[in-house]
Amino acid sequence: MADAVLSAALRQDAPIPLDLAFDLRPGEVTALFGASGSGKTTVLRCLAGLYRPRAGRIRCNGAAWFDSDADLWVPPHRRRVGLVFQDYALFPHMTAEANVAAALGHLPKDQRPARARELLSLVHLEAFAARRPAELSGGQRQRVAVARALARDPEVLLLDEPFSALDRAVRVALYAEIEALRARLACPIVLVTHDFEEVARLADRVLVLETGRIVAEGDVGTISARADLPIIAAAAEAGSVLDATLVATLPDRRLSVLDTPAGQVLAPVIEAAPGTRLRVRIPARDVILADRVPEGLSVHNALAGTIDTIDPRPAGLADVVVVLGAARLRAHVTEDAVMRMGLAPGRPVVALVKSVAVTRPGA
Amino acid sequence: MDWEAFLLSIELGIATVLFLTPIALWAGRALAYREFRGKGFVEALVALPLLLPPTVVGFYLLVAFGRHSPLGQAIEALTGQLLAFSFEGLVIASILVNIPFAFQPVQRAFEAIEPSVREAGAVSGLTPWQVFRRIELPLAWPGIVTGLVLTFAHTLGEFGVVLMVGGSIPGETKTIAIAIYDRVQAFDDRSANIMAATLLVLSIAALGITNTLSRRIGRRRG
Repeated sequence: MADAVLSAALRQDAPIPLDLAFDLRPGEVTALFGASGSGKTTVLRCLAGLYRPRAGRIRCNGAAWFDSDADLWVPPHRRRVGLVFQDYALFPHMTAEANVAAALGHLPKDQRPARARELLSLVHLEAFAARRPAELSGGQRQRVAVARALARDPEVLLLDEPFSALDRAVRVALYAEIEALRARLACPIVLVTHDFEEVARLADRVLVLETGRIVAEGDVGTISARADLPIIAAAAEAGSVLDATLVATLPDRRLSVLDTPAGQVLAPVIEAAPGTRLRVRIPARDVILADRVPEGLSVHNALAGTIDTIDPRPAGLADVVVVLGAARLRAHVTEDAVMRMGLAPGRPVVALVKSVAVTRPGA
Repeated sequence: MDWEAFLLSIELGIATVLFLTPIALWAGRALAYREFRGKGFVEALVALPLLLPPTVVGFYLLVAFGRHSPLGQAIEALTGQLLAFSFEGLVIASILVNIPFAFQPVQRAFEAIEPSVREAGAVSGLTPWQVFRRIELPLAWPGIVTGLVLTFAHTLGEFGVVLMVGGSIPGETKTIAIAIYDRVQAFDDRSANIMAATLLVLSIAALGITNTLSRRIGRRRG
């Protein structure tokens, strides 16, 4: 694993409690995931230099940005960070191009317009360079904000719930755009979000925050199976996330074979070359548990594993985590089924997977 | 038409605006962005000249500027003249009574800028001075100009304070508002009428300008 680009330790009791430490590695997307009030945006503001916590330290590429022991605090304009604000915070009196150029102060004046247009074309907005923010759609504003954040050639790129103000269709298009960008960026990216779908799509690593503390940390697949964490359990739609590699496509059956840490699974046909790395999501409500592999079944995937944990959920449901090889899969079953089948931690079980959704093509 | 009085009023208005502009920019911005103890008290103090009868303000200034006050004595020792019944004294009085007219629109204009927009400036690498010059001033200027136009127009029409502090010395403290009163006292209704109409037109023009500017703020935010 590459060395950390940025390491941070932040502590304070009030007004917003913080007590956490983490590293960010190059090229990695780290999601700060938590409910509102968990302190995730405050952590981001600390990194950007917009909020100074009582105690702690932040180092980035060898330079100290914050060290409470040495009473050191580098203001935001002297940190090379890119920040996409939740409301984008574009300069309303400037055109899209001027917005981007405003963040190019490190370049000689005569080079700024060309570089600004280059950045706008990176987010496919070159045709809108002369428009002001009020004349752009929400999605276009977000892309200007991304271009402006990249303009400083940031050592770390910070995204503060960048999709929350957008409707679903625009959001999905922009996910793809951010995915394409991240492949080109060497700097670490921090994504603050309360939407696990965004995490599943975009993140490599997740820090789950609760009242300013990291309550869980790991890759997306591991965290998605942590049914014991209320915020993960609440994101039932997200289900389990597995990293996968496309093995082969069976055109006659209109199915694709995927290699996952849980074993081989079949998914609806995916238009990609064998060897393509993907990420798939298995909603917890689409996993059925059985004692053995039943016969005559419409479901393609029957995976043998062992029950790890069982957490009761409201409305007579239970969240069962099944260990399958190196992966963990969440299943929503009724309390009644748990009783009837005598499900308990350590018991072998077969997980029947009704649906496999590809969340991240070509990652 | 008393041209001497008219020009004196214009001079007083320009002097007031010139001195008050930097003060209002600094104070209005500080009131908009800084949190400090006693901020509510300061804001009440700023608004005080709006409520206080001009004669009351004028009376206290006259006392302060007079030969019997420590301030008046100090200024007389320093400059060899008294502020009372002088143009300089009028300028100072005018600055004080115009504080709410200048400060409040400027403060509102700075407050209307989204905090995240200023932060975005800093995160984009702009120094605090660059954020002020390139983000805050362009966004706040309609409010700033509104404050200055109101100040100018209000200075032309100020009567009570000017009469108390300046008296009615032609070419020194006799402004157009005093001249109107003077003409009416002399049953010269024609002159009074012309001057009153002039002030009326100037006031309407000032309101027109401020309305246009506040609409411009509204449009930009939309």
